[in-house]
Amino acid sequence: MFLPLRANNIMTDLQTITDFDVLKVRKDFPILNQLVHGKHLVYFDNAATTQKPQVVIDAISNYYNTTNANIHRGLHSLADKATLLFEDTRKAIREFINSESEEQIIFTRGVTEGINLVAQSYGRTYLKSGDEVIISTMEHHSNIVPWQMICEEKGAVLKIIPINDAGEIIYEEYLKLLSEKTKIVAIVHVSNALGTINPIKEIIADAHKFGAVVLVDGAQAASHMNIDVQNLSADFYVLSGHKFYGPTGIGALYGKRVLLEKMPPYMGGGEMIKEVTFAKTTYNDLPYKFEAGTPNIADTIALNVSLKYIKAIGKEAIAAHEDALLAYCVEKLNEIDGIKLYGTSKNKVSVQSFLIEGIHPQDVGIILDSEGIAVRTGHHCTQPLMQRFGIPGTVRASFAMYNTFEEVDKLISGIQKARRMLL
Amino acid sequence: MSVKQKQAEIIENFQFLEDLDQKYEYVIELGKKLPPLSTEYKKSEFIIKGCQSTVWLVPDFKDGLIYFNADSDSVFVKGLVSLLIYVASGQLPQEISVLDTQFIHDIGLGNYLSPTRSNGLVSMVKQMKAYAGSVI
Repeated sequence: MFLPLRANNIMTDLQTITDFDVLKVRKDFPILNQLVHGKHLVYFDNAATTQKPQVVIDAISNYYNTTNANIHRGLHSLADKATLLFEDTRKAIREFINSESEEQIIFTRGVTEGINLVAQSYGRTYLKSGDEVIISTMEHHSNIVPWQMICEEKGAVLKIIPINDAGEIIYEEYLKLLSEKTKIVAIVHVSNALGTINPIKEIIADAHKFGAVVLVDGAQAASHMNIDVQNLSADFYVLSGHKFYGPTGIGALYGKRVLLEKMPPYMGGGEMIKEVTFAKTTYNDLPYKFEAGTPNIADTIALNVSLKYIKAIGKEAIAAHEDALLAYCVEKLNEIDGIKLYGTSKNKVSVQSFLIEGIHPQDVGIILDSEGIAVRTGHHCTQPLMQRFGIPGTVRASFAMYNTFEEVDKLISGIQKARRMLL
Repeated sequence: MSVKQKQAEIIENFQFLEDLDQKYEYVIELGKKLPPLSTEYKKSEFIIKGCQSTVWLVPDFKDGLIYFNADSDSVFVKGLVSLLIYVASGQLPQEISVLDTQFIHDIGLGNYLSPTRSNGLVSMVKQMKAYAGSVI
C-alpha cells in the first residue's frame, strides 16, 4: 500500500506505485528522525550522498563485533567467514550491474578511484601523443581531472561534447568529435548537477565504431535505474556505494575482461601479487591484481546489505516514487516568481537544480538550512558546466526513496521565505 | 572606537535578536546596506574566491590608520563582511594584524568562519591581517 503524504494533481502517477510505503521506508533510516535548528530535518542532498538504513549501519558494527579478520590470507575460521562475506558483496555487485563474471568487479573507494585507476593504468599504457579522449561538458571534476592529467602526460588531447540549454548532450557534435584518433570516451550516465540521463548505449555503440573504449561514470545512475553493463556494452563502469544507501569509502569498477587482463596493476603491495622475489614479481589474477593492500572490509560487507535493501524495496518502485516527487517539485517550483530551472531534459532522474533571479544560491542554501532543509548549493564539482550556463552555481534538490511530498512543500515554503528575506 | 569597543557594540546589538531568523535577517540587512564596490575595484587583485561565494577586499592606509572596503556576491556573506570591516576600519595596523574574530563566534555565527565553509570569509580575515602586517 502506497501512502502519499500529498498527492494533489499527480495522483495518476502515484496510483501506478504499489507496495511502496514511504512512511515505512523512513522508519528504516534513523538519521531522518531529528531536528535541525528546531525543525524536522528535510534531507534533499541525496545526489551528494544517500542516508543509510539501519540494517546497513548494523552490518558495519556486527562485522566488527563478530567477524573482524583480515581476508584471503588467514586459515582460521574468522578469516574464512570474513572472506566469504566480502566475496559475497562482489557477487552481489556482479548481479546489480549484470557483469559477465565477478572477477571483473574491482573494489575501489568509489567512482573517483575507479576513474583514476583506468586513467593511470589503461590510459598510461595505451594513450599516445596525438590520441584523443572525449568527455562531456556535464562531467563531474572526477571525470575531468584524471583525464587532463593523463592527457598532459601522454600528449593526448581532451575533447569536450557540448550540451544544449536543456542540459542534454548535442549528439551530432559528439559524432563529429569521434574519429580514428579517439581512444577513450569517458562519460557520465546521469548528471549529478542536472539529473540528465545520457543516451549511454548509443554513445558506446558509436564510440566502438572507431575502436574507442568507453568508461561510464555511474555514480548517480546506480540508485535510480537498472544498470546492465552487458546490454550497454560498457568497457568500464564505475560506482560509489554511498550514493546507493551503502557506506562511504567503498565502490566498484567493472571492466571487460579482455581490457582488465591486459592492464598493468595500479598500485603495488600485498594481495595483488602471485610471487615476489627481489628479482621479479608476478601479479595475481583478476580481480586481486587491482586490489593491493587490506581493503575496506567492513564497508564492503555492509554494501551488500544496501544492495539487498534496494532489491527488497524494488528499483522500479523507488524510481516511480522519486519521479513523482520530481514532477511535483518542478510543478511547484515553476509557480515561484523569478525561478529558473537548470536541467530540463525529459529524460532525467530526481535531481533539480535552480536559481532565483537576483539571489545568490549560497544565500538560498543558508535560509533553507535554517528551516532544517539540506540542499546542495554551489558548482557541484562541475565548474565547466556552470561556466557553460554562465552562472556561479545552483541550488540543487535531489530526492531519494525516503523523501515525501510534504517535504517538497516545505522546500517550496523555504524558497518563498528566502525570497522574502533576500530580495 | 577601538576594535574591542566596536566588537562589544556588535555583541550587544545581537543580544536583542531572539532567534536564528532574526539574526539572519539582521545580517542580510547589513549586507543590503553595505554600498557595493564600484566595478573598477572588482578585479583580480582584490578578489578572494571561496568555493561558493566571492569576496572583494580593497584595503587603504591613510594617516597611519587602515581602512577597508569590501563586497560579496552573496548578500549574507556581505553582511558578515560588513561587520568585519566596521570593526577593522580606522584602526592602527598593529591592531588589525592580530585581529581577533571571536566576536563572530560570540554572536552565534562562528560556523561561517570555519575553514570548512569555503565562502571567502576566512581568507578575507587572513588578507586583512596580512595587509595590516605589510604597512606596519
